[in-house]
Amino acid sequence: MSARAQRPAPPAARAEPDAGARLRVNPIACEAHGLCAELLPERVRLDDWGYPILDDRPLTPALVAHARRAAAACPTLALALERDRSSKNQ
Amino acid sequence: MTVAPLAATLSATWVLTRGSGAVSLLLLSATVVLGIVDVTRWRTRSLPRFVIDALHRNVALLAVAFVGVHVFTTLIDRFVSIGAVDAVVPFAGSYKPLWLGLGAIGFDLLLALIATGMLRHRIGYRAWRVTHWLAYACWPVAMLHAVGMGTDASQPWMLGLMLACGGAVAVAVVTRLATSGATAEQPAKALVR
Amino acid sequence: MNATDLPRLLAGAGRGAPSLDAHLAHHGLPSLSVDGVGLVAAVEEAGLHGRGGAAFPTGTKLHAVARTRRRAVVVANGAEGEPASEKDGVLLAHAPHLVLDGVQLAAGAVGAREAIVAVRAGADAAHAALAAALDERARARRDPVAVRVVATPERYVAGEESALTQFLSGGPARPAFTPPRPFERGVGGRPTLIQNVETLAHVALIARHGPDWFRALGTPREPGTALVTLSGDVERPGVREIALGTSLQTLVAHGGGELSHAKAVLIGGYFGAWLTAADAQTVRLDAAHLRPHGASLGSGAIAVLPRDACVVAETTRLAAWLARESAGQCGPCVHGLAAIADLLRGLTDGRVARARHQAHRRGRATAEDALSCLRRWSGDVAGRGACRHPDGVVRLVRSALDAFTADFDDHARHGACDRCALEPALPLPSPPSRARLRAAA
Repeated sequence: MSARAQRPAPPAARAEPDAGARLRVNPIACEAHGLCAELLPERVRLDDWGYPILDDRPLTPALVAHARRAAAACPTLALALERDRSSKNQ
Repeated sequence: MTVAPLAATLSATWVLTRGSGAVSLLLLSATVVLGIVDVTRWRTRSLPRFVIDALHRNVALLAVAFVGVHVFTTLIDRFVSIGAVDAVVPFAGSYKPLWLGLGAIGFDLLLALIATGMLRHRIGYRAWRVTHWLAYACWPVAMLHAVGMGTDASQPWMLGLMLACGGAVAVAVVTRLATSGATAEQPAKALVR
Repeated sequence: MNATDLPRLLAGAGRGAPSLDAHLAHHGLPSLSVDGVGLVAAVEEAGLHGRGGAAFPTGTKLHAVARTRRRAVVVANGAEGEPASEKDGVLLAHAPHLVLDGVQLAAGAVGAREAIVAVRAGADAAHAALAAALDERARARRDPVAVRVVATPERYVAGEESALTQFLSGGPARPAFTPPRPFERGVGGRPTLIQNVETLAHVALIARHGPDWFRALGTPREPGTALVTLSGDVERPGVREIALGTSLQTLVAHGGGELSHAKAVLIGGYFGAWLTAADAQTVRLDAAHLRPHGASLGSGAIAVLPRDACVVAETTRLAAWLARESAGQCGPCVHGLAAIADLLRGLTDGRVARARHQAHRRGRATAEDALSCLRRWSGDVAGRGACRHPDGVVRLVRSALDAFTADFDDHARHGACDRCALEPALPLPSPPSRARLRAAA
C-alpha cells in the first residue's frame, strides 16, 4: 500500500565522541512525545505545540551519550544521531 | 483442584515454579499498566515520560526473567512431566494441556514482544507498533494460564494477587478507552497574551 | 532565431500548439549529440537554473543523475500547485514539442529509459496538447524513450519533488523525509531527474543554439529567459517571457499596469514575498536584486495589489489557504501555520484589538504582543517541516510584516480597516481545493 518503504532510522552512530555527531529529527515521524527534550534539554526545546526544536550547536563529547540515549528513547524513532554530513551530500 | 500426588511433599522446584509464576503475573500486569500509562502520555514533574517509558521496558525485562525461572523450574521438576517443547509449543503436553498450552502461548508472545522491542531500530516504527499490539493478547493469556493451572488458585493470597492484577489492568484499559479522544499534544498558547 | 529575440520558448506558438512539422520548421533539429556528454556540458556552460522555484543549477542535477550509472527516470514537473502561476500549463499547451524534446534530451543524458510528464489534473488544454503531440511523435518515431503523462492532484504540495516522486511511485502525493533525495532514490526506487517543464524547454533550445546563444539574454549570474505569470491589478494579465534581470516596472507596464498606482507587489507567488510599491518600482527580476528584499522569482508568479486593497486582509486569506494546503504530516506546519493564520485573522476581525484594549485596562500587555508573537511563531516554524511549505508561508507573512509594519500595527490596535471587507484582490482556487492527495481509483 505505502509507496517507497520508509527505511527505519539507523541506530545511534557509534562514532567517537568528538566525530561531529549531530541530532536530526524526522518531522513526519515525530508525534511530540517530548522525551528528547526531557533527556537533552541542553540541545532540545519544545515549541508552543510540543514539537522539538533542535539547537544547531555541535554536540560536546559530554553530551553525545545523552544524545544517544535521547535518540534511543524516542517512541516513534523520529530522532536520530548522525555523523555530521557536511553540505556536499545535501 | 490439582491432582498432585503426595501433595504433602513440597519440592523446591515446585515452590519456585509457583512463586516465580505469581511474581511473573504481577510483573506482567505492572508492565501492561505502565505501557498504558506511557501511551496516554501521562507525566508529572517527578515522573517524566522517559521514566515511565524506561520503567515499562525494564519491568518487562524483569518479567521475562521471572517467567524464565518459572519455565525452567517447571522443566526440571520431577513431579510433572513437562518437556522443553511444551514450553513453547501449546497443547502438546499431557499435563493439563489446555492451561499449560496457554502458558506456552503467553511465553511465545512475550518472547516476540521482547524481541521486536529490542530490534525496534531495525524493523522500523510501523512494524514494531503493529507487533506490540500482541501485548493485549499476551496478558489475558497469562492470566488465564494462572487461573486455569489452579495450583494455588484457591489460596487467598493467590486470589488476592490475581484480583489485584486483573483489577489494575482493567482500570488502566478503561481509563485509556475513556480518554483516547483527547489530543495528547499541548494546545496552542492563548491567542493574545 | 536571433540570440536577443524574444520570445524564445513561446515563439511560433500562435493560437495553439504547433504541429510537429511546424515546430521543427521553426526551431530546427537539436544539433548537440544526445549521448549525454555534450548536452550536460552545454547546459552547465549555459548556466541554466531550474525554473520550478528552487533555481538549482540544471547542469549539476543532470550530472548527479547521470553519474549514478543506474537506469534512471526523467520526470517533467508540470504539476504547478501555485495558484498564481499559469506558465507551465501555458507552455505545455502552446509548445509541447519543445518540452518533449527536452525530455528526450535529458533522458539520453542521464541514461533513462522511462519518462513521465506530470501535469495538474485540471489543466485541460495542456493535457490535450500533450496527448496530440505525443501521438504525432509516436507516428513519426521521434522518441527513443517512452513517455507517459500522469495527472497530479490539484493540491499545493503535489508539485514538491519528494511528494511527486512518492505519487508517481504509487503512494500519496505527500512530501517525504529526505535523504535520500529523488536523484538518488526516486520513482520506483531509481535515480530520478525531476525538472520543471520550462527548464526542459530551455534545454531543448540550448541543444539547438548552444550556451552562448542562451547567455545572450539575461544576466551573467542568471542567464537566459524565464516565463512569468502576471496577475492582479493589470489590464493584460497572463504569461509572458522575460529576460532575467528585466525591471519589474517594464513587465508591469507591458501588462497594462502602473506601479505608482499600486499598493504592493507579491513576487514569487503565494509562496513568495511582498514588496512595497516604492521598492517594486526600482527592483529588477533576478535573484541578486530580489534577495535584499527577502524575495525570489520562484515560479515566476507576480501579483499586483491595487492601492485600495488591504495587505493585512490579503495576507490573512492567503495564509489561511496555505495553512489548509498543508499535507498534514509535520506538527510545526500543521499547528504553527494554523496558529499563525488564526492570529492574522484576529487582526482583521478585531479580536486582537479587543484583547489589547482589555489588557490595557488591566494594565498589562500591549498590541505589540500579537505581532511579536507572529514573528516568534514564524521563526519557530521555518525549516522544521519535511518540505519547504511552512517556509513559504513564513516568508509571505514576514515580508508583509516588514514591508507594511504600520498597516499591521494599525490593525492590531484598531481592528479591521474599511478596506478589509472589500472583494479579495488575489484569487484563490474556489472552492478551496479539497482534491485528495491520492490518485482517483
